[in-house]
Amino acid sequence: MSAHTHDHEHHHAHEPGFVRKYIFSTDHKWIGIQYGVTALAFLFFGFCLVMLMRWQLAYPGKAFPIAFINHLLGEARMPGGVMAPEFYNQLGAMHGTIMVFLGVVPLAVGAFGNYLVPLQVGAQDMAFPKLNMSSYWVYFVGGVVMLGAFFVPGGAAQSGWTSYAPLSNITVPGGAEFLSRILTGQTMWLLGMVFLITSSLLGSVNIIVTIVQLRAKGLTWMRLPFFIWAQLVTSFLLVLAFPPLEAAGVMQLMDRLFGSSFFLPSGLVISGKELAVSGGGSALLWQHLFWFLAHPEVYVLILPALGIVGEVIANNTRKPLWGYKSLVYAAIFLGFMSFVVWAHHMFLTGMGTTINAFFQTTTMIISVPSIVILTALILSLWGGSIRFTVPMLFALAFLPMFGIGGLTGLPLGLATSDIHLHDTYYVIGHFHYVVAPGTLFALFAGIYFWFPKASGRKLNETLGKIHFWVSLIAINGVFMPMFIQGMAGVSRRLYDGGTTYLHAQDVLMLNKVMSHSAWLLGAAQLVFIVNFFWSIWAGKKAENDNPWEATTLEWATPTPPPHGNFTQIPEVYRGPYEYSVPGAKRDFTPQHLPQEV
Amino acid sequence: MIWKHLGLPVDASAHGVQIDKLILWVHVLMIVLFVGWGLFFLYTIFRFRRGANPKADHDGVKTHASSYLEAVVALIEVALLIGISIPFWSWKVNAAVTESPDTVHIRIVAQQFAWNIHYPGKDGIFGRSDIKLVNEQTNPIGLDRAGDPHAKDDIVTINQLHIPVDTPIICEVTTKDVIHSFFLPVMRVKQDTIPGMSIPVSFTATMTSDQIREQLAKTITLPSEQKLEGIVALQDYAGKDGKAIVKAGKSVTDAVAKKLVEAGITEIRVGPRVPAEIACAQLCGLGHYRMKGFLTIHEKSDYQKWLAEQAEE
Repeated sequence: MSAHTHDHEHHHAHEPGFVRKYIFSTDHKWIGIQYGVTALAFLFFGFCLVMLMRWQLAYPGKAFPIAFINHLLGEARMPGGVMAPEFYNQLGAMHGTIMVFLGVVPLAVGAFGNYLVPLQVGAQDMAFPKLNMSSYWVYFVGGVVMLGAFFVPGGAAQSGWTSYAPLSNITVPGGAEFLSRILTGQTMWLLGMVFLITSSLLGSVNIIVTIVQLRAKGLTWMRLPFFIWAQLVTSFLLVLAFPPLEAAGVMQLMDRLFGSSFFLPSGLVISGKELAVSGGGSALLWQHLFWFLAHPEVYVLILPALGIVGEVIANNTRKPLWGYKSLVYAAIFLGFMSFVVWAHHMFLTGMGTTINAFFQTTTMIISVPSIVILTALILSLWGGSIRFTVPMLFALAFLPMFGIGGLTGLPLGLATSDIHLHDTYYVIGHFHYVVAPGTLFALFAGIYFWFPKASGRKLNETLGKIHFWVSLIAINGVFMPMFIQGMAGVSRRLYDGGTTYLHAQDVLMLNKVMSHSAWLLGAAQLVFIVNFFWSIWAGKKAENDNPWEATTLEWATPTPPPHGNFTQIPEVYRGPYEYSVPGAKRDFTPQHLPQEV
Repeated sequence: MIWKHLGLPVDASAHGVQIDKLILWVHVLMIVLFVGWGLFFLYTIFRFRRGANPKADHDGVKTHASSYLEAVVALIEVALLIGISIPFWSWKVNAAVTESPDTVHIRIVAQQFAWNIHYPGKDGIFGRSDIKLVNEQTNPIGLDRAGDPHAKDDIVTINQLHIPVDTPIICEVTTKDVIHSFFLPVMRVKQDTIPGMSIPVSFTATMTSDQIREQLAKTITLPSEQKLEGIVALQDYAGKDGKAIVKAGKSVTDAVAKKLVEAGITEIRVGPRVPAEIACAQLCGLGHYRMKGFLTIHEKSDYQKWLAEQAEE
């Protein structure tokens, strides 16, 4: 504590210069904004990759109609304007990687976590501001390395965002020269992942310590906003689940660069030639290590979203969240359980009955806290006085959309029904409902909600509503047909969308529906981008420091909050959502005010 | 016939109905929950909109009905788990190692981007294979025909899996290179092929290819706007002179269609020539999308005939 206080005084003594203030800033708010803007840019870029893929899926083998883009991508990637299969696989792998590791997690944890955690717990900054700064810059380097992979010989990684060995080990291995082996897509992917994981570890340690150590006086555990609980559980998941993947990433790097064979069994024959490796490795080891991270990762994607939705719903129903304690306990339980379900991604790798029964059972168990959380959020609406603001529209839409995502996890979590649905479009539909109209809608709700605090101006409401309604319709047009294709048995990751398969014939035309919906969804995001930049300069000014009449501590700061956040050290007197308290004059009673007013 | 209502592929296997039944029941649960929640949700946001309810109620819902509802959902999940899913898996694992006198064994050796199908031949024993003998043109699985007497009568086909109907089949699934996934949609079989591992998977076909084709029958109107390929007629069609234009089971090409139209026949029943396929379900490289094989299900006697023909070649 004393070190922190000293550090803080130090900052006040010298007003930081441009570089310290805007580039290598240690202020959690600016780091949060850096994370947010970078992550949004990556999200849009990742979305562009898939919009390109969707052309090939809707019109397989036809030249892409925008000549300028074909020219930009070059003959190797788009021979005659028609996408090459290798390039399709690169786009697929990089879309997944960018959306998850460079987009959603940095936005949910890096941006919202950084910006809001110190504000909501009443701290002047993160516990370790310099660690925080390095977290962003390590992330930035990771992103540059990932994107750089598109420009190396053979192009970016092309073995899926899951990078299953041995495909990932043997694809574009590079030449005899060491440097040529480093400058390959998959190696760059692995190096990028090492940076991104390191960044996440630095960030999550920081969030944990900040929440545990820097809470304002009176801010007891059960008075924490649900968003803080969600960030706390998320950070524990990151700290505990990411190291195995970092280890696995380094092991695969060894395989690719130094001739080890952690993931390569003996006796592989590639294109008629025996693969010259020492052998003795296990292809399944990679899957275990990968999914040991990647399943908790699902909850890393969803918990901060649930936290944001909780905040927005409480504020816009003007009443406390229903079942606050059950929400908190369910989130903690969800966190624990997320470590023992990973092998449900591997039901078809030749499992025995016992292991299979274990992972099916844990998967069914984990559905219970998810249902508890969703139920509590829906019941929170009952008795409210609901304001349909733009953030509330996104938060409300999140509920049924996440519901679809969660429910469609059931037939995949039961191993028997998974036999047919595994690795089909049903899976793609399922996890996109969780993450796109689920998490991303929640993150949009958060952006519209906290934008006035960060910028002092509100996002335009009309443009916000256009963004919302078009996105909602288009996004269902993208993902709903995937369930139909999946039921029919259409495999994922097919370069031609399944054109040659008999069982796909009746559902092929849906590829066009999905693609056109995706492009419409892209257009809707342009509305958001325009709104975002226009509102920063010319948006309607926030009426006061607390324009939504909210109760939590971030609204007790000046707008935008200055360095050090609070004009006086806040003290907390009550729970986070004291809206519409009987007998109170106003319908909200902020946490930091000694008496009801 | 659950599959028809759910938009699943034809189910032509003995065990498939278990999988389809579970898919059905889970979806019933999902739809009931979603519609129930959805109606409550819509009613709530309508009833408690600010215009209708300017003052919020601090306490909100006071009953604990939702806890019971959650318990019921959990119980249904347990029922599906213990009632169908776990017992089925146990059956599946056992079936893959259970011999019956007429069990047919076949090895599936996947590779980028084809399915090598290895039959043990007359002696019923798979010959030895060695990666040193692999030759992509002449011996894709490296079968030791010179050194191992059991290998002499073995049959190896590429992308052509032939099986007899009503007979337990055990496929030993493996791969030469990367992970693939051996998917027979109409058999409700999907098994990842893992390098270094040989994984048995069992199924019994209940329909022949002809019967599956009948399930997939379609009536098309001539002249067709689309190019006709890969389809066969399901019955004989003759011209006005009584001479056959196309017989049941024979390809309907554009030329045949032209003759039919000339003879005044504008509607014909057709089905796919190969009504069952092998799909690769796991990304295995740039040719993943074209890693397709064909499954043919014979009457038992025809299967023996087919084997004999292959042995001669």
